Amino acid sequence: MSLFQYEFMVRALIGAMIIGLAAPTLGIYLVQRRLALIGDGIGHVALTGVGAGLLFQTSPVIMAVIAATLGAIVIELIRERGRTSGDLALALLFYGGIAGGVVLVGLSDSTSANLNAYLFGALTTTSRNDLVTIAVLGVAVLITMIALRPALFAVCHDEEYARVSGLPVRALNLLLAVTTAITVTIAMRAVGVLLISALMVVPVATAQQVTRGFRSTMAAAMALGLFAAGAGVWLAAVADTAPGASVVVLAIASFVVVTLLAAVWRRIRRSRPEPTPTPEPHEVVLGGS
Amino acid sequence: MTPEVITVAHGVVGYDGRPVLRDVSLTVTAGEVVAVLGANGSGKSTLIRAILGLVPLSAGTVTLFGEPARRFRQWRRIGYVPQRLGAGSGVPATVAEVVASGRLARRGVLRPPGRADREAVAAALRAVGLADRAKDPVATLSGGQQQRTLIARALAGRPELLVLDEPTAGVDAASQEAFAGALRSFVDDGGTVLLVAHELGPLRPLISRAIVVHQGLIAHDGVVPEPAGHHAAPDHDHVHPHGPEEPVGLWSSR
Repeated sequence: MSLFQYEFMVRALIGAMIIGLAAPTLGIYLVQRRLALIGDGIGHVALTGVGAGLLFQTSPVIMAVIAATLGAIVIELIRERGRTSGDLALALLFYGGIAGGVVLVGLSDSTSANLNAYLFGALTTTSRNDLVTIAVLGVAVLITMIALRPALFAVCHDEEYARVSGLPVRALNLLLAVTTAITVTIAMRAVGVLLISALMVVPVATAQQVTRGFRSTMAAAMALGLFAAGAGVWLAAVADTAPGASVVVLAIASFVVVTLLAAVWRRIRRSRPEPTPTPEPHEVVLGGS
Repeated sequence: MTPEVITVAHGVVGYDGRPVLRDVSLTVTAGEVVAVLGANGSGKSTLIRAILGLVPLSAGTVTLFGEPARRFRQWRRIGYVPQRLGAGSGVPATVAEVVASGRLARRGVLRPPGRADREAVAAALRAVGLADRAKDPVATLSGGQQQRTLIARALAGRPELLVLDEPTAGVDAASQEAFAGALRSFVDDGGTVLLVAHELGPLRPLISRAIVVHQGLIAHDGVVPEPAGHHAAPDHDHVHPHGPEEPVGLWSSR
């Protein structure tokens, strides 16, 4: 606990918790779309931005935002066409992104430790300025994703229906793409390019084991993300492990625990003699069950 | 003269160079209940998708409520009921949440839902007999109940025109009756209906006109034809694969 008397640990904790809260609000739409790994792909593209930033000695984070946004828009335009060739185009973009990043970082004077900070996160090096960036962008993502929930839900649930409803489907899709890029870039500081998708997607996967509606899934995923981020940083401080990886390990551990508990709970409920009348009568009666 | 709700003039649609609709013209006026009939692959689903702007016309024009479809913006006047719930996903959604999407055409993207929205959702759920399932996850409903959810979603926007794509395909008898009842009260309130069907079943008494599409052309436009052959059997049921015009998801295997 005494570690939290250091300011850098407090900054790490606050930064991680903002990201833990905001990432699942976006992730739920990506999961609904069956694009759970898109954050991973955009993370790869962001790495080229990091490389360019290190090489030209400008801010790697700003360059990463630019690269990730461009990558996200290209991916969305490919998705809109919806043809199988998009598959290959995505692969080219992802591997091109990470290879380009590694080459550019190599060309610059940076050490491999510097590259590692972006690949796996470097929460404890979060500066005051970094924290302000994380807070502003994180809160912006949070508010946008919650305020536009009915429209974003409609677009992700049934895109054709949304189109016939006259919703600006393309604008909403691009908004999701750009928000993904921003979230990836701020989460890069916390968990690193290679673990970004976990913070967006794993809390949602955990929440939907026990929830019945979209709104409750979103709320539960936010709570789980917040818990994993907070507890992960604390665990890293106590056990001296990598903070980013600790956050992800805790998120996945909660997924396993909740999945097991939900399975046990369903089994208990099933073995009890019908607690409430089912809304639909059984069509046949089987003996013994 | 009653106002024209839908007008298609010399509409042509092709997928990948293969013509699906060839020179189709039709008019639907206010208060009509028009059934588009035809075999699988006749182009009947493509016809309504072209009317809604979901597939582009390669020639001809579509006019909705007197406005060229390209300039048409009053989407709240149209309620669309697709063939089935989209591919879906693991994220749960309650019946009420899905039906609430039907209010967006009226409310717009930015305004949060209010009391009028909640009341319209509740009324639409009552109309299709699903009021007691409002808080249940859609995925736990039967196919027929899911179809009724989609009709409730369209009704929640209080449209003037309902466009339905095979609303009764593979739907249990109880749901077909509930569906016919909901449609009847919509028509009694002055609504216009365009529906694609393989066969009409309990909807038959509601239909005022039938359009038969055959090989991309309109083969018949007028009275509802009598069912023939095995189609006439009361227990005849069509369950068939979906057409190639379905959108393919980014991660799907096709």
